[in-house]
Amino acid sequence: MANVTRSRPLSPHLQIYKPIPTMVMSILHRITGVALYFGTILVVAWLIAVASGEARYNSISWIFGTIPALLVLFGYSWALFHHMLGGIRHFMWDMGHGYEKSFSTKLAIGNMIGSICLTVLLWIVIYLVRF
Amino acid sequence: MDMRTPLGKVRGLGSAKNGTEHFWHQRVTAVSNVPLMLFFMFFIVRYAGAPYAEAVSALSNPFVAVVMALVVLSGLIHMRLGMQVVIEDYVHNDAVKLGLLMLNTFFAIIVGALCLFAILKIAFTG
Repeated sequence: MANVTRSRPLSPHLQIYKPIPTMVMSILHRITGVALYFGTILVVAWLIAVASGEARYNSISWIFGTIPALLVLFGYSWALFHHMLGGIRHFMWDMGHGYEKSFSTKLAIGNMIGSICLTVLLWIVIYLVRF
Repeated sequence: MDMRTPLGKVRGLGSAKNGTEHFWHQRVTAVSNVPLMLFFMFFIVRYAGAPYAEAVSALSNPFVAVVMALVVLSGLIHMRLGMQVVIEDYVHNDAVKLGLLMLNTFFAIIVGALCLFAILKIAFTG
């Protein structure tokens, strides 16, 4: 009797549905949120480095300039933009707007295009400022 | 002083044992995160990888220090609430769930304590 609940059939889940824009953006919203969560470790590392004096700062800040670190930072900034635009879509839904099928699909695609454009723009500005 | 009647305090709390606080705090911090994270991005663009003296002098500015502290607080409250939902959605073993929910809170508090101390130290001594 103990296993009755466990052996009950499960309702179909992700793998059975065709991925559509709204669904993919919803999943990405959660994944980028989790990524930003762990990304705070980078913020801590940088702030603690600044607070620990010049020698410690210099021994850590060069890492942020290496190619792998720049790739991580690029991904981190994209995650932040994507989650922010996704959040703005959520504000709209909270107010009771934007539930029409074709509009929400367009907006989901717009979310992806917007986050990529903003990220590329940010890094163009970074390069103009730094070099 | 709390003027609410015992019935008023529990009305609407249901089986979840809390009301709309989680949803509401998530939205309030989402709203505050929009300008704060835009500021954070501009700051990162300007100062990540900058020489030590430049980074310190930027964070010594009272306005920058306070806004940076708000970035940390608003961001951490938001991410703790978000991670709580993720854990509740995917972890079904009660003991593991309880442990992860605690770890989630501890992580947010440790990150917050380190960031705020660093910001204040730079602001007061830099």
